Amino acid sequence: MNCKEEAIALMHKYLDDHLTQTEEKKLRMHLQACQECQTHFHELKRTISLVKSSSPVSAPQGFTSNVMANLPKQKKRNHYTKWFRNHPFFTAAAVFFLMMFGGIFSAWTEDQQVTVSKQENLVIKNQVVIVPEDVTVNGDLVVRNGDLRIEGAVNGDVTIINGDLLKQDSREDSPLDGEKYMAYVSGEVNEVNQVFEWVWYHIKNTWESVFSLAKE
Amino acid sequence: METVIKEKIKQIKKGNQAAFEDVVSFYQNKVYQICFRMIGNAHEAEDLAQEAFIRAYTNIDRFDERRKFSTWLYRIATNLTIDRIRKKKPDYFLDAEVKGTEGLSMYSQIAADQALPEEEVESLELQTYIHKEILALPPKYRSVIVLRFLDELSLQEIAEVLEIPVGTVKTRIHRGRETLRKRLRHV
Ligand SMILES: [Zn+2]
Repeated sequence: MNCKEEAIALMHKYLDDHLTQTEEKKLRMHLQACQECQTHFHELKRTISLVKSSSPVSAPQGFTSNVMANLPKQKKRNHYTKWFRNHPFFTAAAVFFLMMFGGIFSAWTEDQQVTVSKQENLVIKNQVVIVPEDVTVNGDLVVRNGDLRIEGAVNGDVTIINGDLLKQDSREDSPLDGEKYMAYVSGEVNEVNQVFEWVWYHIKNTWESVFSLAKE
Repeated sequence: METVIKEKIKQIKKGNQAAFEDVVSFYQNKVYQICFRMIGNAHEAEDLAQEAFIRAYTNIDRFDERRKFSTWLYRIATNLTIDRIRKKKPDYFLDAEVKGTEGLSMYSQIAADQALPEEEVESLELQTYIHKEILALPPKYRSVIVLRFLDELSLQEIAEVLEIPVGTVKTRIHRGRETLRKRLRHV
Protein backbone atom coordinates (compact mmCIF):
# COMPACT_ATOMS: atom_id res chain seq x y z
CA MET A 1 0.00 0.00 0.00
CA ASN A 2 1.18 3.47 -0.84
CA CYS A 3 1.58 5.35 2.45
CA LYS A 4 1.01 8.89 1.30
CA GLU A 5 -1.87 8.29 -1.06
CA GLU A 6 -3.73 5.36 0.32
CA ALA A 7 -2.87 4.77 3.94
CA ILE A 8 -3.30 8.40 5.02
CA ALA A 9 -6.57 8.68 3.14
CA LEU A 10 -7.79 5.60 4.99
CA MET A 11 -6.74 7.10 8.30
CA HIS A 12 -8.86 10.17 7.67
CA LYS A 13 -11.72 8.01 6.58
CA TYR A 14 -11.34 6.07 9.78
CA LEU A 15 -11.38 9.27 11.80
CA ASP A 16 -14.55 10.35 10.01
CA ASP A 17 -16.13 6.99 10.86
CA HIS A 18 -16.56 6.06 7.25
CA LEU A 19 -14.29 3.07 6.97
CA THR A 20 -15.67 -0.20 5.68
CA GLN A 21 -14.60 -3.44 7.32
CA THR A 22 -12.33 -4.40 4.45
CA GLU A 23 -10.70 -1.00 4.51
CA GLU A 24 -10.21 -1.19 8.21
CA LYS A 25 -8.51 -4.52 7.86
CA LYS A 26 -6.29 -3.12 5.15
CA LEU A 27 -5.34 -0.17 7.27
CA ARG A 28 -4.64 -2.30 10.31
CA MET A 29 -2.39 -4.61 8.32
CA HIS A 30 -0.47 -1.69 6.93
CA LEU A 31 -0.08 -0.05 10.31
CA GLN A 32 1.36 -3.23 11.73
CA ALA A 33 4.00 -3.25 9.05
CA CYS A 34 4.77 0.45 8.68
CA GLN A 35 6.28 2.40 11.54
CA GLU A 36 5.97 5.73 9.78
CA CYS A 37 2.24 5.40 9.24
CA GLN A 38 1.80 4.21 12.78
CA THR A 39 3.35 7.44 14.02
CA HIS A 40 1.27 9.47 11.60
CA PHE A 41 -1.92 7.80 12.73
CA HIS A 42 -1.04 8.26 16.36
CA GLU A 43 -0.33 11.95 15.79
CA LEU A 44 -3.64 12.45 14.02
CA LYS A 45 -5.60 10.83 16.79
CA ARG A 46 -3.71 12.81 19.37
CA THR A 47 -4.34 16.04 17.48
CA ILE A 48 -8.05 15.47 17.66
CA SER A 49 -8.01 14.72 21.35
CA LEU A 50 -5.90 17.81 21.95
CA VAL A 51 -8.35 19.96 20.02
CA LYS A 52 -11.26 18.37 21.81
CA SER A 53 -9.61 18.88 25.17
CA SER A 54 -9.95 22.65 24.83
CA SER A 55 -12.36 23.52 27.55
CA PRO A 56 -15.68 24.75 26.22
CA VAL A 57 -16.11 28.49 26.43
CA SER A 58 -19.37 29.97 27.65
CA ALA A 59 -21.07 33.18 26.71
CA PRO A 60 -20.30 36.03 29.08
CA GLN A 61 -22.62 36.86 31.95
CA GLY A 62 -25.72 38.75 31.01
CA PHE A 63 -25.45 37.74 27.38
CA THR A 64 -29.11 36.83 26.97
CA SER A 65 -30.42 39.99 28.58
CA ASN A 66 -28.07 42.05 26.42
CA VAL A 67 -29.47 40.43 23.31
CA MET A 68 -33.02 40.97 24.49
CA ALA A 69 -32.30 44.62 25.25
CA ASN A 70 -30.88 45.14 21.78
CA LEU A 71 -33.71 43.58 19.81
CA PRO A 72 -35.65 45.89 17.56
CA LYS A 73 -39.01 46.98 18.95
CA GLN A 74 -41.68 44.32 18.90
CA LYS A 75 -42.59 43.64 15.33
CA LYS A 76 -46.18 44.50 14.62
CA ARG A 77 -46.92 42.71 11.49
CA ASN A 78 -49.11 44.69 9.23
CA HIS A 79 -52.42 42.94 8.98
CA TYR A 80 -52.66 43.80 5.31
CA THR A 81 -49.55 41.86 4.67
CA LYS A 82 -50.97 39.06 6.70
CA TRP A 83 -54.20 39.10 4.76
CA PHE A 84 -52.19 39.08 1.61
CA ARG A 85 -50.27 36.06 2.84
CA ASN A 86 -53.41 34.23 3.82
CA HIS A 87 -55.18 34.86 0.55
CA PRO A 88 -52.58 34.19 -2.08
CA PHE A 89 -55.12 33.31 -4.73
CA PHE A 90 -57.01 36.59 -4.54
CA THR A 91 -53.86 38.54 -4.35
CA ALA A 92 -52.34 36.79 -7.30
CA ALA A 93 -55.49 37.29 -9.33
CA ALA A 94 -55.67 40.94 -8.45
CA VAL A 95 -52.07 41.41 -9.24
CA PHE A 96 -52.40 39.61 -12.50
CA PHE A 97 -54.91 42.25 -13.54
CA LEU A 98 -52.67 45.00 -12.40
CA MET A 99 -49.84 43.52 -14.33
CA MET A 100 -51.82 43.19 -17.49
CA PHE A 101 -52.48 46.88 -17.29
CA GLY A 102 -49.12 47.74 -16.03
CA GLY A 103 -47.34 45.91 -18.79
CA ILE A 104 -45.07 44.01 -16.45
CA PHE A 105 -46.20 40.81 -18.04
CA SER A 106 -44.83 41.80 -21.39
CA ALA A 107 -41.74 43.05 -19.66
CA TRP A 108 -41.09 39.52 -18.51
CA THR A 109 -41.45 37.94 -21.90
CA GLU A 110 -39.80 40.54 -24.05
CA ASP A 111 -36.95 42.05 -22.18
CA GLN A 112 -34.15 39.51 -22.30
CA GLN A 113 -31.19 41.75 -21.79
CA VAL A 114 -28.94 41.21 -18.82
CA THR A 115 -29.49 43.90 -16.28
CA VAL A 116 -28.00 44.33 -12.86
CA SER A 117 -28.98 46.74 -10.15
CA LYS A 118 -25.46 47.78 -9.20
CA GLN A 119 -22.87 48.22 -11.87
CA GLU A 120 -19.79 49.45 -10.09
CA ASN A 121 -16.91 46.99 -10.11
CA LEU A 122 -19.03 44.15 -11.46
CA VAL A 123 -18.04 42.21 -14.53
CA ILE A 124 -20.60 41.04 -17.08
CA LYS A 125 -19.40 38.28 -19.38
CA ASN A 126 -21.52 35.97 -21.56
CA GLN A 127 -24.76 36.55 -19.67
CA VAL A 128 -22.94 36.02 -16.38
CA VAL A 129 -22.60 38.79 -13.85
CA ILE A 130 -19.50 38.34 -11.73
CA VAL A 131 -18.78 39.92 -8.39
CA PRO A 132 -14.98 39.78 -8.50
CA GLU A 133 -13.03 38.44 -5.59
CA ASP A 134 -11.86 41.74 -4.21
CA VAL A 135 -15.25 43.43 -4.53
CA THR A 136 -17.87 43.80 -1.82
CA VAL A 137 -21.26 44.99 -2.96
CA ASN A 138 -22.94 46.97 -0.24
CA GLY A 139 -26.70 46.75 -0.51
CA ASP A 140 -29.09 44.44 -2.28
CA LEU A 141 -28.22 43.06 -5.67
CA VAL A 142 -30.73 42.24 -8.38
CA VAL A 143 -29.72 40.44 -11.57
CA ARG A 144 -32.15 39.93 -14.44
CA ASN A 145 -31.82 37.55 -17.36
CA GLY A 146 -28.38 36.39 -16.45
CA ASP A 147 -26.51 34.14 -14.06
CA LEU A 148 -24.60 35.42 -11.10
CA ARG A 149 -21.29 34.29 -9.75
CA ILE A 150 -20.09 35.71 -6.46
CA GLU A 151 -16.38 35.49 -5.90
CA GLY A 152 -16.29 38.45 -3.61
CA ALA A 153 -19.07 39.33 -1.21
CA VAL A 154 -22.51 40.84 -1.14
CA ASN A 155 -23.61 42.70 1.92
CA GLY A 156 -27.34 42.36 1.42
CA ASP A 157 -29.96 40.27 -0.30
CA VAL A 158 -29.44 38.78 -3.72
CA THR A 159 -32.27 38.32 -6.18
CA ILE A 160 -31.74 36.60 -9.49
CA ILE A 161 -34.58 36.86 -11.94
CA ASN A 162 -34.51 34.39 -14.78
CA GLY A 163 -31.04 33.13 -14.01
CA ASP A 164 -29.04 30.99 -11.62
CA LEU A 165 -26.57 31.50 -8.88
CA LEU A 166 -23.44 29.75 -10.11
CA LYS A 167 -21.62 27.83 -7.45
CA GLN A 168 -17.89 27.83 -7.55
CA ASP A 169 -16.55 24.37 -7.11
CA SER A 170 -13.23 24.41 -8.86
CA ARG A 171 -11.84 25.98 -5.74
CA GLU A 172 -11.31 22.90 -3.71
CA ASP A 173 -7.96 22.10 -5.15
CA SER A 174 -6.44 25.32 -3.96
CA PRO A 175 -3.63 24.68 -1.52
CA LEU A 176 -4.17 24.85 2.19
CA ASP A 177 -2.65 28.27 2.60
CA GLY A 178 -4.61 29.73 -0.30
CA GLU A 179 -6.71 32.56 0.98
CA LYS A 180 -9.79 31.89 -1.03
CA TYR A 181 -12.79 32.06 1.13
CA MET A 182 -16.31 31.01 0.45
CA ALA A 183 -18.32 33.43 -1.54
CA TYR A 184 -20.47 35.18 0.93
CA VAL A 185 -23.87 36.77 0.97
CA SER A 186 -25.02 38.33 4.19
CA GLY A 187 -28.70 38.30 3.32
CA GLU A 188 -31.07 36.02 1.45
CA VAL A 189 -30.59 34.58 -1.99
CA ASN A 190 -33.72 34.42 -4.11
CA GLU A 191 -33.95 32.96 -7.55
CA VAL A 192 -36.97 33.87 -9.57
CA ASN A 193 -37.44 31.79 -12.67
CA GLN A 194 -41.12 31.69 -13.45
CA VAL A 195 -43.57 34.32 -14.45
CA PHE A 196 -45.63 33.54 -11.42
CA GLU A 197 -42.71 33.91 -9.05
CA TRP A 198 -41.83 37.07 -10.85
CA VAL A 199 -45.33 38.34 -10.13
CA TRP A 200 -44.89 37.42 -6.49
CA TYR A 201 -41.57 39.11 -6.33
CA HIS A 202 -43.06 42.26 -7.75
CA ILE A 203 -46.02 42.24 -5.46
CA LYS A 204 -43.85 41.66 -2.45
CA ASN A 205 -41.68 44.58 -3.35
CA THR A 206 -44.57 46.85 -4.19
CA TRP A 207 -46.41 45.97 -1.03
CA GLU A 208 -43.35 46.23 1.08
CA SER A 209 -42.63 49.68 -0.22
CA VAL A 210 -46.26 50.77 0.05
CA PHE A 211 -46.46 49.60 3.61
CA SER A 212 -43.15 50.91 4.68
CA LEU A 213 -44.42 54.26 3.42
CA ALA A 214 -47.67 53.81 5.24
CA LYS A 215 -45.87 53.00 8.46
CA GLU A 216 -43.78 56.18 8.46
CA MET B 1 -35.42 20.02 22.90
CA GLU B 2 -35.84 20.65 19.24
CA THR B 3 -39.63 20.46 19.68
CA VAL B 4 -39.58 23.00 22.51
CA ILE B 5 -37.54 25.32 20.32
CA LYS B 6 -39.97 24.78 17.45
CA GLU B 7 -42.83 25.82 19.69
CA LYS B 8 -40.93 28.92 20.81
CA ILE B 9 -40.27 29.88 17.21
CA LYS B 10 -43.94 29.63 16.37
CA GLN B 11 -44.63 32.06 19.19
CA ILE B 12 -41.89 34.44 18.06
CA LYS B 13 -43.33 34.40 14.56
CA LYS B 14 -46.67 35.37 16.04
CA GLY B 15 -45.01 38.38 17.60
CA ASN B 16 -44.17 37.13 21.07
CA GLN B 17 -40.76 38.65 21.59
CA ALA B 18 -40.34 37.22 25.07
CA ALA B 19 -40.29 33.70 23.64
CA PHE B 20 -36.97 34.55 22.04
CA GLU B 21 -35.30 34.82 25.41
CA ASP B 22 -35.42 31.07 25.94
CA VAL B 23 -34.01 30.47 22.50
CA VAL B 24 -31.08 32.79 23.22
CA SER B 25 -30.32 31.29 26.58
CA PHE B 26 -30.48 27.80 25.14
CA TYR B 27 -28.08 28.46 22.26
CA GLN B 28 -25.89 31.25 23.64
CA ASN B 29 -22.92 29.10 24.60
CA LYS B 30 -22.85 27.21 21.32
CA VAL B 31 -23.05 30.33 19.21
CA TYR B 32 -20.54 32.18 21.35
CA GLN B 33 -18.15 29.26 21.16
CA ILE B 34 -18.29 29.18 17.35
CA CYS B 35 -17.59 32.91 17.16
CA PHE B 36 -14.88 32.84 19.79
CA ARG B 37 -12.97 29.92 18.30
CA MET B 38 -13.12 31.45 14.86
CA ILE B 39 -12.40 35.10 15.63
CA GLY B 40 -10.09 34.51 18.56
CA ASN B 41 -10.96 37.20 21.05
CA ALA B 42 -13.68 37.44 23.62
CA HIS B 43 -14.83 40.96 22.90
CA GLU B 44 -15.41 40.48 19.20
CA ALA B 45 -16.92 37.07 19.79
CA GLU B 46 -19.53 38.57 22.08
CA ASP B 47 -20.29 41.24 19.56
CA LEU B 48 -20.68 38.71 16.73
CA ALA B 49 -22.76 36.28 18.76
CA GLN B 50 -25.10 39.07 19.76
CA GLU B 51 -25.43 40.23 16.18
CA ALA B 52 -26.17 36.65 15.11
CA PHE B 53 -29.10 36.38 17.53
CA ILE B 54 -30.45 39.77 16.56
CA ARG B 55 -30.33 38.79 12.89
CA ALA B 56 -32.01 35.51 13.64
CA TYR B 57 -34.77 37.41 15.38
CA THR B 58 -35.31 40.00 12.70
CA ASN B 59 -35.27 37.34 10.00
CA ILE B 60 -37.29 34.76 11.85
CA ASP B 61 -40.01 34.88 9.18
CA ARG B 62 -37.52 33.53 6.70
CA PHE B 63 -36.72 30.52 8.81
CA ASP B 64 -38.26 27.39 7.36
CA GLU B 65 -39.73 25.46 10.28
CA ARG B 66 -39.20 22.13 8.59
CA ARG B 67 -35.45 22.65 8.96
CA LYS B 68 -33.34 22.42 12.06
CA PHE B 69 -33.17 25.75 13.84
CA SER B 70 -29.64 25.26 15.14
CA THR B 71 -28.30 24.77 11.62
CA TRP B 72 -29.87 28.02 10.51
CA LEU B 73 -28.62 29.88 13.55
CA TYR B 74 -25.07 28.54 13.23
CA ARG B 75 -25.09 29.53 9.58
CA ILE B 76 -25.88 33.12 10.50
CA ALA B 77 -23.14 33.08 13.14
CA THR B 78 -20.47 31.55 10.90
CA ASN B 79 -21.33 33.85 8.00
CA LEU B 80 -21.06 36.92 10.19
CA THR B 81 -17.77 35.71 11.61
CA ILE B 82 -16.28 34.80 8.24
CA ASP B 83 -17.35 38.21 7.02
CA ARG B 84 -15.61 39.86 9.93
CA ILE B 85 -12.46 37.85 9.32
CA ARG B 86 -12.49 38.90 5.69
CA LYS B 87 -12.78 42.53 6.65
CA LYS B 88 -9.78 42.20 8.90
CA LYS B 89 -7.89 40.34 6.23
CA PRO B 90 -5.16 42.87 5.36
CA ASP B 91 -3.53 42.77 8.76
CA TYR B 92 -4.84 39.39 9.65
CA PHE B 93 -1.70 37.33 9.32
CA LEU B 94 0.46 39.97 10.93
CA ASP B 95 -2.05 39.94 13.70
CA ALA B 96 -1.88 36.23 14.34
CA GLU B 97 0.67 36.66 17.09
CA VAL B 98 -1.31 39.34 18.87
CA LYS B 99 -4.46 37.27 18.56
CA GLY B 100 -2.88 34.37 20.32
CA THR B 101 -1.84 36.65 23.10
CA GLU B 102 -5.39 37.84 23.58
CA GLY B 103 -6.45 34.28 24.13
CA LEU B 104 -3.51 33.88 26.44
CA SER B 105 -4.46 36.84 28.56
CA MET B 106 -7.92 35.41 28.92
CA TYR B 107 -6.59 32.09 30.10
CA SER B 108 -3.92 33.55 32.32
CA GLN B 109 -6.56 35.71 33.90
CA ILE B 110 -8.41 32.62 34.94
CA ALA B 111 -5.15 31.21 36.19
CA ALA B 112 -4.36 34.29 38.25
CA ASP B 113 -7.81 34.51 39.75
CA GLN B 114 -7.95 30.99 40.93
CA ALA B 115 -4.30 30.21 41.59
CA LEU B 116 -4.36 26.82 39.94
CA PRO B 117 -1.89 24.05 40.72
CA GLU B 118 1.17 23.73 38.51
CA GLU B 119 -0.08 21.05 36.15
CA GLU B 120 -3.34 22.89 35.55
CA VAL B 121 -1.45 26.02 34.56
CA GLU B 122 0.55 23.90 32.23
CA SER B 123 -2.61 22.64 30.64
CA LEU B 124 -3.90 26.22 30.35
CA GLU B 125 -0.76 27.07 28.44
CA LEU B 126 -1.36 24.07 26.27
CA GLN B 127 -4.94 25.15 25.69
CA THR B 128 -3.82 28.61 24.71
CA TYR B 129 -1.39 27.06 22.29
CA ILE B 130 -4.07 24.88 20.74
CA HIS B 131 -6.47 27.81 20.53
CA LYS B 132 -3.79 29.79 18.74
CA GLU B 133 -3.05 27.00 16.31
CA ILE B 134 -6.73 26.69 15.41
CA LEU B 135 -6.79 30.44 14.78
CA ALA B 136 -3.75 30.15 12.55
CA LEU B 137 -5.70 27.93 10.14
CA PRO B 138 -7.14 29.65 7.08
CA PRO B 139 -10.78 30.50 7.84
CA LYS B 140 -12.32 27.83 5.65
CA TYR B 141 -10.45 25.08 7.47
CA ARG B 142 -10.91 26.77 10.80
CA SER B 143 -14.69 26.81 10.48
CA VAL B 144 -14.97 23.07 9.78
CA ILE B 145 -12.51 22.15 12.54
CA VAL B 146 -14.40 24.27 15.06
CA LEU B 147 -17.79 22.92 14.04
CA ARG B 148 -16.59 19.33 13.94
CA PHE B 149 -14.42 19.00 17.01
CA LEU B 150 -15.59 21.72 19.35
CA ASP B 151 -19.27 21.74 18.56
CA GLU B 152 -19.36 18.12 17.48
CA LEU B 153 -21.60 18.60 14.50
CA SER B 154 -21.95 15.79 11.99
CA LEU B 155 -20.40 16.16 8.55
CA GLN B 156 -23.88 16.52 7.09
CA GLU B 157 -24.78 19.30 9.51
CA ILE B 158 -21.56 21.14 8.79
CA ALA B 159 -22.33 20.92 5.08
CA GLU B 160 -25.71 22.52 5.74
CA VAL B 161 -24.33 25.23 8.00
CA LEU B 162 -21.66 26.23 5.53
CA GLU B 163 -23.75 25.47 2.44
CA ILE B 164 -21.05 23.37 0.84
CA PRO B 165 -21.11 19.72 -0.29
CA VAL B 166 -20.27 17.01 2.26
CA GLY B 167 -17.28 16.02 0.11
CA THR B 168 -15.89 19.51 0.50
CA VAL B 169 -16.40 19.35 4.25
CA LYS B 170 -14.39 16.11 4.34
CA THR B 171 -11.55 17.56 2.28
CA ARG B 172 -11.35 20.58 4.52
CA ILE B 173 -11.39 18.51 7.67
CA HIS B 174 -8.62 16.29 6.35
CA ARG B 175 -6.46 19.24 5.41
CA GLY B 176 -7.18 21.08 8.62
CA ARG B 177 -6.39 17.96 10.60
CA GLU B 178 -3.11 17.41 8.78
CA THR B 179 -2.07 21.01 9.36
CA LEU B 180 -2.87 20.80 13.04
CA ARG B 181 -1.06 17.48 13.29
CA LYS B 182 2.12 19.09 12.04
CA ARG B 183 1.71 21.95 14.47
CA LEU B 184 0.74 19.93 17.51
CA ARG B 185 2.83 16.81 17.17
CA HIS B 186 5.65 18.08 19.38
CA VAL B 187 3.38 19.30 22.12
ZN1 LIG C 1 2.98 3.39 5.62
